[in-house]
Amino acid sequence: MTRADFRLSVGGRIDRDRLVGFSFDGERYSGFAGDTLASALLANGVRLVGRSFKYHRPRGVVTDGVEEPNALVQLGAGAIGEPNARATQVEIHDGLTAASQNRWPNVRFDVGAVNGHLSALLPAGFYYKTFMWPGKWWMKYEYFIRRAAGLGRAPTGPDPEIYDKSWAHCDVLVVGAGPTGLTAAHAAGRTGARVLVVDERPEPGGHLLGTRRTINDAPAGEWVSAMVSELADMDEVRILSRATALGYYDHNSLTVLERRTDHLPYGERGGRVRQRLWKVRAKQVVLATGAHERPLVFRNNDRPGVMLASAAQSYVNRYAVRPGTAAVVFTNNDSAYDPALDLADAGLRVTVVDVRTELSDLRRAQLRRRGIELLAGHAIISVRGAKAVTGVSVASLTAAATGYTGTSRRIRCDLVCMSGGWNPAIHLFSQSGGRLAFDEARGVFVPGEVRQAQFSVGGCNGTGVLAFALSEGREAGKSAAAACGFRMRGGTALPRVDVVEEVPIRLFWTVPPRHPDRRLDKHFVDFQNDVTAADIALAAREGYRSVEHLKRYTTTGMGTDQGKTSNVNALAILSETLGADIAATGTTTFRPPYTPVTFGALAGRDVGELSDPVRTTPMHRWHVQQGATFEDVGQWKRPWYYPRDGESMREAVDRECLAARNAVGILDASTLGKIDVQGPDAAEFLDRIYTNGWKRLEVGRCRYGLMCTEDGMVFDDGVTLRLGDHHYLVHTTSGNAARVLGWMEEWLQTEWPELRVYCTSVTEQTATASISGPFARRLLAALTTDIDLDRDAFPFMHWRDGHVAGLPARVARVSFTGESSFEVSVPAGYGLSLWTALMHAGQRYGITPYGTEAMHVLRAERGFIIAGQDTDGTVTPIDLGMEWIVSRRKDFIGRRSLDRADTVRDDRKQLVGLLTERSEDVLPEGGQIVERVTALPMRMIGHVTSSYYSANLGHSIALALVRGGRSRHGEQVMVPLERSVMSARITEPGFFDPEGARAHD
Amino acid sequence: MTERYQRRSALAHLGLEARASVVAGEGGVTLREAPMRGLLVLRGDGGGKAFRSEVTAVLGIEPVVEPLTAARRRDLSILWLGPDEWLVITPDRRRARIERMLRDALVGQHAAVTDVSHGRTVLVLSGPDVLAVLAKGCSLDLHPRMFGPGRCAQSRLAKCQALIHQTTDAPEFEIHVPRSFAQYAWMWLEDAGQEFDLRIAPAE
Repeated sequence: MTRADFRLSVGGRIDRDRLVGFSFDGERYSGFAGDTLASALLANGVRLVGRSFKYHRPRGVVTDGVEEPNALVQLGAGAIGEPNARATQVEIHDGLTAASQNRWPNVRFDVGAVNGHLSALLPAGFYYKTFMWPGKWWMKYEYFIRRAAGLGRAPTGPDPEIYDKSWAHCDVLVVGAGPTGLTAAHAAGRTGARVLVVDERPEPGGHLLGTRRTINDAPAGEWVSAMVSELADMDEVRILSRATALGYYDHNSLTVLERRTDHLPYGERGGRVRQRLWKVRAKQVVLATGAHERPLVFRNNDRPGVMLASAAQSYVNRYAVRPGTAAVVFTNNDSAYDPALDLADAGLRVTVVDVRTELSDLRRAQLRRRGIELLAGHAIISVRGAKAVTGVSVASLTAAATGYTGTSRRIRCDLVCMSGGWNPAIHLFSQSGGRLAFDEARGVFVPGEVRQAQFSVGGCNGTGVLAFALSEGREAGKSAAAACGFRMRGGTALPRVDVVEEVPIRLFWTVPPRHPDRRLDKHFVDFQNDVTAADIALAAREGYRSVEHLKRYTTTGMGTDQGKTSNVNALAILSETLGADIAATGTTTFRPPYTPVTFGALAGRDVGELSDPVRTTPMHRWHVQQGATFEDVGQWKRPWYYPRDGESMREAVDRECLAARNAVGILDASTLGKIDVQGPDAAEFLDRIYTNGWKRLEVGRCRYGLMCTEDGMVFDDGVTLRLGDHHYLVHTTSGNAARVLGWMEEWLQTEWPELRVYCTSVTEQTATASISGPFARRLLAALTTDIDLDRDAFPFMHWRDGHVAGLPARVARVSFTGESSFEVSVPAGYGLSLWTALMHAGQRYGITPYGTEAMHVLRAERGFIIAGQDTDGTVTPIDLGMEWIVSRRKDFIGRRSLDRADTVRDDRKQLVGLLTERSEDVLPEGGQIVERVTALPMRMIGHVTSSYYSANLGHSIALALVRGGRSRHGEQVMVPLERSVMSARITEPGFFDPEGARAHD
Repeated sequence: MTERYQRRSALAHLGLEARASVVAGEGGVTLREAPMRGLLVLRGDGGGKAFRSEVTAVLGIEPVVEPLTAARRRDLSILWLGPDEWLVITPDRRRARIERMLRDALVGQHAAVTDVSHGRTVLVLSGPDVLAVLAKGCSLDLHPRMFGPGRCAQSRLAKCQALIHQTTDAPEFEIHVPRSFAQYAWMWLEDAGQEFDLRIAPAE
């Protein structure tokens, strides 16, 4: 295969000393460092780079930047594969492999192209209309539709690359390092303000570097270099290249995606951060995001070889590539003239077709000097050629520009450059909450009312004249810095740039067809989603008058390019069809992200081991070494059970439960939340927080407490120790520690500021081992000399300070198992020492570590609730049968709600016990309870909240919430399951030692 | 008797001593665990004369009133955590005595002293690239114009609550994290520091 060389022999910002090899669709090519994939392909004469989404029409490169709708390619393969990369932004590197998308078997012969011939049958809304019925077939339709109309392929394995995030703060953020942005950054930076400049291209300079403009009578590139080096010398100025601002949120908070290694050969990327998501907070923002050239809408304007005039100019000047040999430049404004001159100077034969008749003498003279033919008042009726442009048909427009006069004429060419004017890149402005204004004369949306501390300057402000843009940039830079308190006397002179008088644009939304009744079904508006002017007209006729509905019905602007080239044309055509004005029609909403972003960047380092903190207790290593199985409790890892060789979970839990009642069990209770409450009003505070009273609790004693939310529903529970006259230690459930402290602080700070109480979290300060069972006292006695463990000297629900195993310890006689128990707490650093000492001394008593599962079983045997398991935010203390803990002599949070008609109903769901008919049947937690099994639907009267096999009782036990449950004791109920029905009898909640005598022992 | 048992760091199992780099290289950032110290949360009326004078008498430092600042005198530091809340940092061996002295001095006042020495792990991060490392996980602006030596703030580092205290303009930062988060915080910092050749230093 011979390859045409379209590289110019001189010029461009490429490095001709660095040859780069890459492949596209399996063919090997070479380009130079500094090339994008698009420029390198064009230099190699490759014009056909993909197939369109719906009709599979051949497509080529349209733009030279971020707005590219067509040249989307698949990079790499497998785990590092990346779909939908814009070839116009992909920098080539050695080893780059790229492939066209949405074609089969290949881009030159694509079976799906049959859709193009059927396009009359595939109008706007086709999928909605055709595949709606029958509804259940959608799953099947969707499979084939997705295959037929896909873009690239998602990576097939875990992404091996590293992504991270960083915050950045600055006084002035400048988005865009084109001439305007650089001027703004310089003006702000020289005052000493902290300035951050972000720019999406590999080098600052913006569109300017794609032109042959001069600044200070020298090539603009020299001025850019000088600016960049001056900025580099400013200590507080930082420029991020290859960094795209994605989103603009409240409080001048922006996200910026920096691509750090995508331009490097794979071998040089190892271990480095591929992409970094910056979260920027700026006091002032200067938007200098430039503008995107607008395509013209004419027949077959999507053929490979039709591109934006500025793009063609950029390929010539920035990349030293001839994008063709003979060009027709089709325009409605003056901005296409410089490209026409540059193309001619690069050796292309050029014809200019301008829809206007009034043109400036200067422009006419410039063309004449180069022998460029000018067809004023003309338009391109149609582009000829399929896989590449071979020519155009042009004709003279009527005065009203609704049709043609005379005969059409064919011009042979392989490149069509179009310019329909420039759309300011108002995406970020719009995201920031700013209102857009429509400039009728120029047919552009420009920034209107501003909602944040922000300036829009240059192209994105609708300012196309370079001299004015530079001036805007300088003023914005100065003002932004001044608003942050940075001023500097004097100013820098603006550079000299030539100003060319411009003839106004002639707005021209659709180029008329050759015959007035011909449909505009090859006049493409949205290249990526294959939306034509005919589709938009159809949508309008079918009643989709809102631009938001138009978008969703036709899918215009819904591609990965988010309609950067198509949106304004689409809504102008809609307005024209409706006879409404564009300003009233408005735009669709601009939403982040500005360009697609990898999930990797959004996840950052929150992956793998760092995906979420794993909180561990001081004894954790011991549990790991003993082969414990762990359960997640919030972020904590708690031992679930400790299986011995070959034991099943049931066997291990049975063994642990039996040991805790018949010998001694030991539990790591370090995760319990602990709050130190101090102050003269501490007792009053606890009285208000808890349902029960605290003022009579003596120092040295403990009490169980229950707290409710304002609606009277159980929120948390735990034991509180009175440490001193004004000093309490509150325990919360493990998962609720932070929430309870926040709850207490909220009430103290917002409702009861008069209470003199300080709360401090001490959850992490102590490690706690809870020993439980008939030998617990003897075990502890072996390790302490200064605590009298006698039943009468140290009764149940008391605490003592002293030493255990030589460690400073606090021992509390509280019991969650119903056995005689001692909770031993030591400073956390000694936790492991305490644990190992207890294990060592406990050997002779058969000490058995037990995990959270056995703990749950043991407490369920006694009928103790777990807040959050047996309660779910709809359960009052009364529902739990815990009237005994609800004081009627004082006020507390939730008290009034307990007297509401709804909370005193007899048929509320109430806590009961369930004993299954067959002792081995363990009800599933969440199981639905019915009175009798009937045809569906059955009336549910409750559900199982906790359910276990109790080895101590030799029977399965469960707790449940059942409607009117307390008056149903003794009744039989059913729990229907998928393949069987279990039968159970309602009992008191509590199956073991109902008097609670053992805990007092 | 306590001495028989080693007080264990929450990071003991990571074997940091063995991993510590002996060369004082040009690493952009250095990470180590601070030695164990006394950490006391002090609550009281920052505007109250009696409170201020009693605290000053014990510590030799006034409770700082300027938000987000810390004061230091010899081996004691006091960090502002809120209008009525401070963290007093003492050498480990003096913690019990200072805790008792503060309690005794503040009897009769609405004040509270709570020992949290075992509940927190303090990581020390230093070197020229410290700010870039912290910026990856902390939303605070730690630029010298906004922060600096003697400043402290409670915020989050990645997914972990943290007290961040700049001790010197080297710059060196002390990062207090809850003990159970210590391993996460350490792993996160090691990971974030990778691109700056993070070096692990032996504990002092």
